[in-house]
Amino acid sequence: MQKTVSIKDLIRKDNNKNKLKMGVEKTVPFLLFALASISILTTVGIVSTLLYETFLFFRDVSIIEFFTNTEMKPLSRVEPSFSILPLLSGTVLISLVAMLVAIPIGLTTAIYLSEYASVNVRKAVKPVIEVLAGIPTIVYGFFAFTFVTPLLREFIPALQATNALSPGIVMGIMIIPLVASLSEDAMNSVPKAMREGALALGATKLEVTMRVVIPAAISGIIASFVLGISRAIGETMIVTIASGSSKNLTFDITQSMQTMTAYIVEVTSGDAGAGTTAYYSLYAVAFALFFFTLIMNMFAGYISRKYREAY
Amino acid sequence: MSSLSMSTEVPVKKETKDHVNKSVVYDTKNLNLWYGDNHALKNINLPMHENEVTAIIGPSGCGKSTYIKTLNRMVELVQDVSISGEILYRDKNIFDKNYRVEELRTRVGMVFQKPNPFPKSIFDNIAYGPRIHGIKDKKILKEIVEKSLRGAAIWDEVKDRLQENAYGLSGGQQQRLCIARCLAIEPDVLLMDEPTSALDPKSTLKVEELIKELKENYSIIIVTHNMQQAARISDKTAFFLNGEVIEYDDTDIIFSTPSDKRTEDYITGRFG
Ligand SMILES: Nc1ncnc2c1ncn2[C@@H]1O[C@H](COP(=O)(O)OP(=O)(O)OP(=O)(O)O)[C@@H](O)[C@H]1O
Ligand SMILES: [Mg+2]
Repeated sequence: MQKTVSIKDLIRKDNNKNKLKMGVEKTVPFLLFALASISILTTVGIVSTLLYETFLFFRDVSIIEFFTNTEMKPLSRVEPSFSILPLLSGTVLISLVAMLVAIPIGLTTAIYLSEYASVNVRKAVKPVIEVLAGIPTIVYGFFAFTFVTPLLREFIPALQATNALSPGIVMGIMIIPLVASLSEDAMNSVPKAMREGALALGATKLEVTMRVVIPAAISGIIASFVLGISRAIGETMIVTIASGSSKNLTFDITQSMQTMTAYIVEVTSGDAGAGTTAYYSLYAVAFALFFFTLIMNMFAGYISRKYREAY
Repeated sequence: MSSLSMSTEVPVKKETKDHVNKSVVYDTKNLNLWYGDNHALKNINLPMHENEVTAIIGPSGCGKSTYIKTLNRMVELVQDVSISGEILYRDKNIFDKNYRVEELRTRVGMVFQKPNPFPKSIFDNIAYGPRIHGIKDKKILKEIVEKSLRGAAIWDEVKDRLQENAYGLSGGQQQRLCIARCLAIEPDVLLMDEPTSALDPKSTLKVEELIKELKENYSIIIVTHNMQQAARISDKTAFFLNGEVIEYDDTDIIFSTPSDKRTEDYITGRFG
């Protein structure tokens, strides 16, 4: 008896604090908003700086020339010329090689871990994959330059000392954990009941995986691919070390080529003085980098919304 | 009724309906099952006859789900399960080394406690089974989809929205869709684990009606916590307690003059 009474009392006491509670309730949203604004303001700041400096660049160089010219000689004393195409081809080619490595291996790893591996195997494999994800990119770059390239040259004598193939492959290896773990998460979150429903219809494990689990997880899987591609496009260290600095518009992956990121490194660490056209070109290239990543993320959002199987 | 006859090629079944000795579909002999060292099924012996509804009743945790999942070997998905004894399905031991479990599950459909449609369109849900079993012809698939949805008494409700996601259906509709999904591969037996426990009374009634109709062409095993339901729809009832079958008989007898005191106590609500 006494207990019920005291509980009521306690609740009443707490109710007396209502004013304070309401006050907190009212301030919290403002606080949260203020903190959330930091990231928004930063983004706005960065994008507007990029835009402004890019605008300055295009006062010196015609935008059409920048996208149609094939010669990139930013630091030439005689006849400097600016074109994004060689950097674009370098970026696209190396990313392509990377994704050709990362997607098949990452996805099969995810399928194996999520659908086939026993609990013990999963426990053993996951930390190894995480270690792979924790290796600094400089180590990967070093590895590409001093180990993978010489190895590949045994088989492909035409391969240059710096080239697109080797950093592409190594970058792919670097991205495997990202694709594998995000895809695995997506597949893991497909309810068990769905697998059981398919198995109970006489489906084999492979049929369940291919026709129930993957379709149900497809938006997450695509998201992992896109993050992988973004990562490849933005990756800097490996290409700076192992793909060289030739600004050639070529599609031959045995050749040395430069990516947009590596270009930024080269010019920033070089002697392009502030205010020169070469200096402003950094912003134009950075803006292009940002723009492509943005477009791709939007495209991925669209694809995954379109193919999404909501459950 | 005639629209529900899925397997018209087996008219023999109807004839045997009124005979006393219906052929045995499943025969469980000395079945024991352990989850680790938890002895969940103890020496089960149970027949199941063609074109009958067999109800399995018993208190929570007595092994009803375990038993029904053993019949299509879904229980083996659980780690650390060991089984002894045998289950004969159409005279063949399903635990035989050479027995293909996919084939068993193609012949024996299962409806789960919670409706579990695939996150696909209504059409693709039904077509899933036929497709994995090699049927690709669009026209045939269309026919199968319609026939199965009619068979599960849901055609009229969904015929105009076959391309919509199955998750837009109500719980009761989803459950009938899952039944239709089973019917699409024309099984021999339907296993149902508390198929109406997640449904409201009206949907429950619909599913019960459906089960009574399906019995014309299928043999059905249903687990239920609802005594009235067991009495309404089943021909035979098995009472499980602590992993054992206490009593198995005609439903009428179980509910009027059970021979075991524990059965009587359970169905009159004295425990469980
Ligand atoms: N996946 C599992 N792993 C380990 N033990 C389990 C598992 N599933 C069931 N059991 C155990 O087996 C016994 C029987 O469980 P089962 O699910 O068959 O009962 P049930 O009769 O279906 O109960 P309910 O009416 O609550 O659904 C219980 O002791 C339960 O704890
Ligand atoms: Mg159960």
